[in-house]
Amino acid sequence: MYEFKYHRPGTVRQAANLLAKNEDAKVIAGGHTLVPVMKQRLASPPHLVDLSHIEGLNEIEMKGRALVIGATATHFEVANSPTVGEAIPALAELAGMIGDPAVRHRGTIGGSLANNDPTADYPAAVMALGATIVTNKRRLKPEEYFQGLFSTALEPDEIITKVLFPLPKKAAYVKFRNQASRYALVGVFVAKRPSDVRVAVTGAGSNGVFRLESFEEALKKRFSHKVLDGLTVAAEGLNSDIHGSAEYRAHLIAVLARRAVEAATAKE
Amino acid sequence: MAKISMIVNGNPVTANVDPRMLLVQFLRENLRLTGTHVGCDTSQCGACVVHLDGRAVKSCTTLAVMADGHEVKTIEGLAADGAPLHPMQEAFREHHGLQCGFCTPGMIMTAVDIVHRKGNDLTDEVIREELEGNLCRCTGYQNIVASIAAGAKAMAKSDLA
Ligand SMILES: Cc1cc2nc3c(=O)[nH]c(=O)nc-3n(C[C@H](O)[C@H](O)[C@H](O)COP(=O)(O)OP(=O)(O)OC[C@H]3O[C@@H](n4cnc5c(N)ncnc54)[C@H](O)[C@@H]3O)c2cc1C
Ligand code: FES
Ligand code: FES
Repeated sequence: MYEFKYHRPGTVRQAANLLAKNEDAKVIAGGHTLVPVMKQRLASPPHLVDLSHIEGLNEIEMKGRALVIGATATHFEVANSPTVGEAIPALAELAGMIGDPAVRHRGTIGGSLANNDPTADYPAAVMALGATIVTNKRRLKPEEYFQGLFSTALEPDEIITKVLFPLPKKAAYVKFRNQASRYALVGVFVAKRPSDVRVAVTGAGSNGVFRLESFEEALKKRFSHKVLDGLTVAAEGLNSDIHGSAEYRAHLIAVLARRAVEAATAKE
Repeated sequence: MAKISMIVNGNPVTANVDPRMLLVQFLRENLRLTGTHVGCDTSQCGACVVHLDGRAVKSCTTLAVMADGHEVKTIEGLAADGAPLHPMQEAFREHHGLQCGFCTPGMIMTAVDIVHRKGNDLTDEVIREELEGNLCRCTGYQNIVASIAAGAKAMAKSDLA
């Protein structure tokens, strides 16, 4: 790991100032993506701005009809929060499937979304639930926020402060784990929202998380796994690597989408 | 350099460290607590697991400066020197839960954390699921799972947390 200066701001404003003032400075939240890549010298930020001492940044609460999760809420906190469990159980389940217990004790929702790993779990939930990503500067819809592999709309001095999740009527996430890394080989999040249905896929797209419109259309007519009978997914544009071919991932998407709808409808 | 203070195994410690020092380096090299191991560079093996404020974390993926002001417990802190072993350590001994022993400190710290979160009656399925972040290259896990189930039960009757 290369040398860096370490900063510990007490507020988001101070953190943003440190980012603006120090070129190539980066924030660190749980460190469970950043520390491994710094150890491998794939990243070498000259300044690290630690968000973990900003009070209240990990708060989880209901505000009106939305579930609000603070950026530094850990996967463990989200998985075990009674507020999340009651409002959007599928989201609590998703958080509980990330990595392993020790990773969940440190990794945060903000870090996961800022990193936008194409095989990460949270992007699927944010996309399917139509969540709003709130930063120190603005509010972003998933369609504007996610911009491809490891790439987001965040500016260098922009910090995610919280994520607002509107409550779905029904939702479920099904993940097929990569046997070695336990990230999603394919993960499908299905949400029946008051106005529409969304199906978001992670792990498979060569451009990161995406929505599966043909499945959404079918499910909008009737929210049942039966309407997915005969529907397939094209392999074009999907990832192909040592873990699975594009055809295999296409097949998995259809299977997992079906299971997710079954799980979502079984919940009530 | 950054000044850090924390409680390690019940004792207050203070030091000046390079901010890039990992918690595991601080424990091993500064404090000479060499029971915590490093088994990989991908944050996957769990040989480095310690408790930070009572929760299992990978000390190879945590900066020492991030533990400043917090409480750390390592394998050395489970039972006092010369005193009887912690029931989870004793269960690993009794049930042959180790061969070379390299993964064992991490396994035991993870196991104790599992008991804290999931209670004293653990099914094999729960134990295997919870061991996701700990790798053993020797045992085939069977005896580790048996050790943890027995250790969890024994912890119910022990004063050691
Ligand atoms: C062994 C292992 C297994 C894993 N398995 C999975 C898995 O199955 N599924 C999964 O989804 N993830 C997995 N992860 C990743 C894990 O969820 C990470 O914790 C997460 O991706 C990053 O969160 P963090 O808080 O640790 O971020 P950090 O490592 O602290 O930061 C990551 C990046 O985000 C930036 N950042 C952090 N917080 C903010 C913020 N609030 N605003 C703006 N930028 C910010 C940082 O500058 C950095 O660039 C795994 C990680 C490990 C080590
Ligand atoms: S050394 Fe920490 S996970 Fe392998
Ligand atoms: S006993 Fe040798 S690695 Fe587990």
